Amino acid sequence: MTALPSKKLEAWRYTDLAPLSEISFGAVPVAVAPVLPESDLPRLVFLNGVFSEVLSSRLDFAGAFDAVADASAQPLARINAEQARDGVTLTIPDGIDAGTVLLISHASGDAPFAFHLRHRVALGQGASLTIVDIAKGDGVYWHNPVTDITLAAGAKLNHYRLQDESREAFSLATIRAHIEAGAAYEHFTATIGARLSRTEIHASLAGEQATAHLNAAQMLTGEQHGDFTTVIAHKAPNCPSRQTVKSVLSGLSRGVFQGRIEVDRIAQKTDGYQMSQALLLSPHAEMDIKPELRIYADDVKCSHGATIGALDEDQVFYLRSRGIPEAEARSILVRAFLDDALAPVQQEEAKALFEAAIENWWVSQ
Amino acid sequence: MLEIKNLHARIGEKEILKGINLTVPDGEIHAIMGPNGAGKSTLSYVLSGRDGYEVTEGEVIYDGQDILALAPEDRAAAGLFLAFQYPVELPGVGNANFMRTAVNAVRRKRGEAELDAVAFLKLARAAVKNLSMKEDFLKRNVNVGFSGGEKKRNEMLQMALLQPGLAILDETDSGLDIDALKIVAEGVNALRSEKFSALVITHYQRLLDYIVPDMVHVLSGGRIVRSGPASLALELEAHGYAGLEAA
Ligand SMILES: Nc1ncnc2c1ncn2[C@@H]1O[C@H](COP(=O)(O)OP(=O)(O)OP(=O)(O)O)[C@@H](O)[C@H]1O
Ligand SMILES: [Mg+2]
Repeated sequence: MTALPSKKLEAWRYTDLAPLSEISFGAVPVAVAPVLPESDLPRLVFLNGVFSEVLSSRLDFAGAFDAVADASAQPLARINAEQARDGVTLTIPDGIDAGTVLLISHASGDAPFAFHLRHRVALGQGASLTIVDIAKGDGVYWHNPVTDITLAAGAKLNHYRLQDESREAFSLATIRAHIEAGAAYEHFTATIGARLSRTEIHASLAGEQATAHLNAAQMLTGEQHGDFTTVIAHKAPNCPSRQTVKSVLSGLSRGVFQGRIEVDRIAQKTDGYQMSQALLLSPHAEMDIKPELRIYADDVKCSHGATIGALDEDQVFYLRSRGIPEAEARSILVRAFLDDALAPVQQEEAKALFEAAIENWWVSQ
Repeated sequence: MLEIKNLHARIGEKEILKGINLTVPDGEIHAIMGPNGAGKSTLSYVLSGRDGYEVTEGEVIYDGQDILALAPEDRAAAGLFLAFQYPVELPGVGNANFMRTAVNAVRRKRGEAELDAVAFLKLARAAVKNLSMKEDFLKRNVNVGFSGGEKKRNEMLQMALLQPGLAILDETDSGLDIDALKIVAEGVNALRSEKFSALVITHYQRLLDYIVPDMVHVLSGGRIVRSGPASLALELEAHGYAGLEAA
């Protein structure tokens, strides 16, 4: 197996996988039936990394897993290629709006195990799809999914992820999106679960007016570590990219955001925007932010900003002075803080799902 | 009835309120005037329970209850309302949601049934109309991007919905145009009843033409240095605060 990336690699400076390497992962246990979200939406369900025919909807655009080779520079993607046994391939023909599909992973077992899902999503010209990707579980496991996405000209993919894994789990997701002219990749990840997690997105804007929105809300507590790492490569002129990353950190938790914007020489009129804001609810929480701009074109607009702060006590008092109890006042302000990151999620059920997850996180504090 | 007895309060080491005595009987409206930095806003914050103020002496009794012992939200439930001199912006919080949450929190504490979204919106729309506000104010984020006068009207909207027993208006008239001033005054006058009293903090006699106070108090250097009938405001307008400190 390819070795895990070490902290010595620049891309892994803030996220140390040593705790993961200390665990020996055994055979994948037999899955127990999970509680699935109540929904009429079509769904594709994986239990302990294995596709469940019984629990999944039949979709004519969903194909089976296909073994892959991966010579990419990302060690986790290579490990995934070596180990992957299952995954889904979604292929949407030109011009088709395939609606919304739930992609659910549920994991549980008594002893540590690992699984490496390999998903592929290909949208034809002008096609559209919304994926609501939900990952949950119990116990110690390592979930190492890779999702490869290609969007043909004018296609639109909404990719909403709820990472609500077991608090003892490791979740390391790699997402690679190739976005052609006029196509749009809309991404939102809510990071709530896992002991140690990272979402690493590589988005390549390959044709004019291709857009990528990579948003995240990280809500961490205890000793959780959450990392949101993005690389947006502007490879064509006139492409906008937006990133809004909000982190709410309590306890001894640690959040990381590394955002790199690369602008090729031909990518004139690039409009890149990146904002990372962290709300520290405890004096022991920590946020590391590393923005990086690599710009080789001369006529571009790229900006990034970062703030780290506590809740505004004047706002808390304003709410309380209107009769709103302190805990509720704080929860309203935390939810408001996350608003910009969450705003693009318009699909009703997905929105409700995230609202409930945020509420739940707050209540379990 | 509100009774403030020998109230001393400080911020850090600095004593700001130096023995305030003030009684506002039910049904009455009292005006507080006084120079900049006198302690008027400090008094309103201490009454509503903001952190950072240490009460070193004295007490505040409202409706027979020692309110200094209550959390701000419990004071609100007891009927206290502060219209802020500088209303706070809440990005990401919708105005209607905010007000419904507040109204229902207060109703819950009072043992009343909560209002559902439809019932609340009906009330809120009527109140918005009374204050000649645009209806889109309910949809916007609380005070975000509001003009100075709009923020003050938004405070009055909250007052109308929360129906307090005691309102403290901290310079609600500052920044209002003449029409808005009348509308705000009508809002206060509409609440006038035996069960409603108010402390109106202002720098200008003009507001008091519309909200005629039962008493006017001058707060200066952390003390009430003079009290009198509504006509005192006219006198102050003519002569300023000079010489009052010694009185
Ligand atoms: N946080 C603070 N730290 C130190 N001093 C403060 C603080 N807040 C208020 N003060 C001081 O307390 C005094 C009273 O302030 P306050 O805001 O109550 O005055 P005011 O009567 O409302 O004035 P204005 O008419 O200008 O609104 C002022 O000297 C002010 O500088
Ligand atoms: Mg003041």
